[in-house]
Amino acid sequence: MPIRTVLTIIAATTALVLTGLWVGNNVNILPLDASSNAPTYDALFKVLFSIGTVLFLGIVILLVYSLFRFRRPSGDLSDGLAIEGNLPLEIVWTAIPAIVVLFVGIYSYDIYERMGGMVNLNDHSAMAHAAMEPQARVWGGIGGAGMDAAPTGAVLPVEVTAMQFAFIFHYPDANITSGELHVPTGQPVELHMEARDVIHAFWVPQFRLKQDVIPGQPTVLSFTATKAGSYPIVCAELCGPYHGGMRSTVVVHEPEAYATWLQQNSPASTTT
Amino acid sequence: MTLANPSDFNGSLQPQGWLRYFSFSLDHKVIGLQYLVCGFVFYLIGGALAGAIRTELATPLSDFMPRDTYNEVLTLHGTVMIFLWIVPVVNGAFGNYLIPFYVGARDMAFPRLNAVAFWLIPPAGILLISSYFIAGAAAQSGWTAYPPLSLTTPAAGQVVWILSVLLLGGSSIFGGINFIATILKLRRPGLKLMQLPMYCWAMLGTSILVVLSTPVLAGTLILLSFDIIAHTGFFNPALGGNVVVYQHLFWFYSHPAVYIMVLPAFGLVSEILPVHARKPLFGYTTMVYSIMAIVFLGLIVWAHHMFTSGTPPWMRLFFTIATSFIAVPTGIKFFNWLATLWGGKIALNSAMLFSCAFIVNFVFGGITGVALAQVPFDIHVHDTYFVVGHFHYIVYGGTVFVIFGSLYHWYPKFTGRLLNEDLGRLHFLLTFIGFNLCFAPQHWLGLNGMPRRVAEYDPTFTTLNQVSSVGALLMAISTLPLLINVVVTAINGKVAGDNPWNALTPEWLTSSPPPVENWIGEAPLVTEPYGYGQHQEVPQEVQA
Repeated sequence: MPIRTVLTIIAATTALVLTGLWVGNNVNILPLDASSNAPTYDALFKVLFSIGTVLFLGIVILLVYSLFRFRRPSGDLSDGLAIEGNLPLEIVWTAIPAIVVLFVGIYSYDIYERMGGMVNLNDHSAMAHAAMEPQARVWGGIGGAGMDAAPTGAVLPVEVTAMQFAFIFHYPDANITSGELHVPTGQPVELHMEARDVIHAFWVPQFRLKQDVIPGQPTVLSFTATKAGSYPIVCAELCGPYHGGMRSTVVVHEPEAYATWLQQNSPASTTT
Repeated sequence: MTLANPSDFNGSLQPQGWLRYFSFSLDHKVIGLQYLVCGFVFYLIGGALAGAIRTELATPLSDFMPRDTYNEVLTLHGTVMIFLWIVPVVNGAFGNYLIPFYVGARDMAFPRLNAVAFWLIPPAGILLISSYFIAGAAAQSGWTAYPPLSLTTPAAGQVVWILSVLLLGGSSIFGGINFIATILKLRRPGLKLMQLPMYCWAMLGTSILVVLSTPVLAGTLILLSFDIIAHTGFFNPALGGNVVVYQHLFWFYSHPAVYIMVLPAFGLVSEILPVHARKPLFGYTTMVYSIMAIVFLGLIVWAHHMFTSGTPPWMRLFFTIATSFIAVPTGIKFFNWLATLWGGKIALNSAMLFSCAFIVNFVFGGITGVALAQVPFDIHVHDTYFVVGHFHYIVYGGTVFVIFGSLYHWYPKFTGRLLNEDLGRLHFLLTFIGFNLCFAPQHWLGLNGMPRRVAEYDPTFTTLNQVSSVGALLMAISTLPLLINVVVTAINGKVAGDNPWNALTPEWLTSSPPPVENWIGEAPLVTEPYGYGQHQEVPQEVQA
């Protein structure tokens, strides 16, 4: 291969990779990050976006270049070169996707583990409130709320019941039932979820978390909110005619404001 | 062995002329075109349903149709497009027309089974559509029909839906058996497996998936119908049933179904590119192995549709890895196609435009697919418009683009006339712009909080939804130049001749349209279907 071709290939590849990295790092198409795992998710998103940009642009540029460079002149009835394959080249483009996929897989496993995704869901020592439902086996979700670094308090358990077409939140410790989810910043929250009729899904886009809520099979979802504010809770599983209207709100308070909310809504405080 | 001669059983009893397309014809070419036209009619119906969805979503409120009607429409749209348009056309239409030519046979291995397989489709389709009018309410639990929702929505429509999908699944299995038997057993003496055109390998792989996975769907839907009709408790949690088991069984078919829709498209593109680039298909052997690798991996990735369902951590991890690795054999195919184009003499006609746009669209959908395979990524965007965008890039941007490209490529063989290139380019331009306008914004919508299958949404998403709806309108308009083109050129199009592209594959080594027996005299022995550039004069004579 002539040295000029080699240099061109190296220069083009470098430019492509740099473009991909730049695009991936400057892409800003995600909603606010309001939970402890959201920045981790966004880091993964940037890596995937960079790799995706490099591959997509590379392939499209090669394709469009070929279409112009090797376009058949009108009246030319001859054939192209009779090249049927090239083993080293084919090994290279088997290896590149394999390495990329391996890297992406290991990296996203790491991210998932940092989210607490690999914690055994039925390890009762990790579940503060397994005693609430002694027989219930948890079928899916993300446990391990206690895995988060430096939690300021114990895990806050909330029982979530989903039905057509609403979420109901019950705080077993304070005996509060609410149509909105209120949580403090900095404290790990563990949602114990079950549906009453059909499958629903609990999704907070700003937390980058979603878990199906299933009838007959308890699921769990842990998160730590980091930014005060109100965010939508969206049902993400088709659950009937009003599926699109099945929404609620999660209100993230600063710890003091949360204590006030707890105080004001606790049945103990209103009756005494 | 003596090859079955269709003129023996396709003789005087069969109607001639256009009437044979409305008969129980045993001719694989007639059956192929029956599949194609029937599928296209359902494409128009499914497209009208999509138009209704995009009209509803042009405004944030649910104000265009009643909410349950919206759920019926989205259920019918998915079911019609998958089971009545893409699967029958990309397998049944092109498979039936081309496979006997490619193996050097005069018909499929089981011509009567073939006709039965086709004639199951129109009644199943009419049954499905009519459930909207007759049964009072069509199925409204999505094409996935997840229980318990499918057990609680109006029963009649859901049962009709199950019956229709069972018929279509049966048709698909009959077709799959027929393709496997034809490719393995009806090859012309002297023709080796590794000399077959790539579409044969794609159809062999696809048919293996059809035969292995479709019966699982059938069994699952029969159990679901028991739950609805006889109140059994297989999937009913109120009776001790398990709803997640249904999801496993459903996706054990329905993920391979994606490959049942895209592998044949990979095969068709592998036929189109070498002809119009005048170059051999690059890396034939690795292409064959990558098809078989996709078939194997395609069977062990189904639970990536269930990452937010009732799945334990180890299962989420296993299916992430298995799914990611499908990118490797798929990537090989795309690089091989690029290498096929490199150094060729490319004619950028309508068939090539659609095929090259397929590469662009599918690479985009493949990249979002690898991202979706990663559990932490998927947990955020699962069941959102990001997924809707992704899979439309795969099945529309991928397969439907290839179907259109194939139509421009093989229409001269079907009819003896060439489609008009100007109308073809207009069709391409409208489809490509409309498609990307419709589905690209949906990725952003999903990332930012819009779930799928909703009739109403947060008003902040209005603008991009309207862009998407405009794209859908362009896609609807794009069918007009195609329809005009097909009708007008069938009547007074440019006469194509037997082999207008100077192609080397066997279907071009006979007249256009071909005789009932496919070839007058013996079938040609084509051992190098991609031998471009080796002998500059194209062999015109039929080898004995």
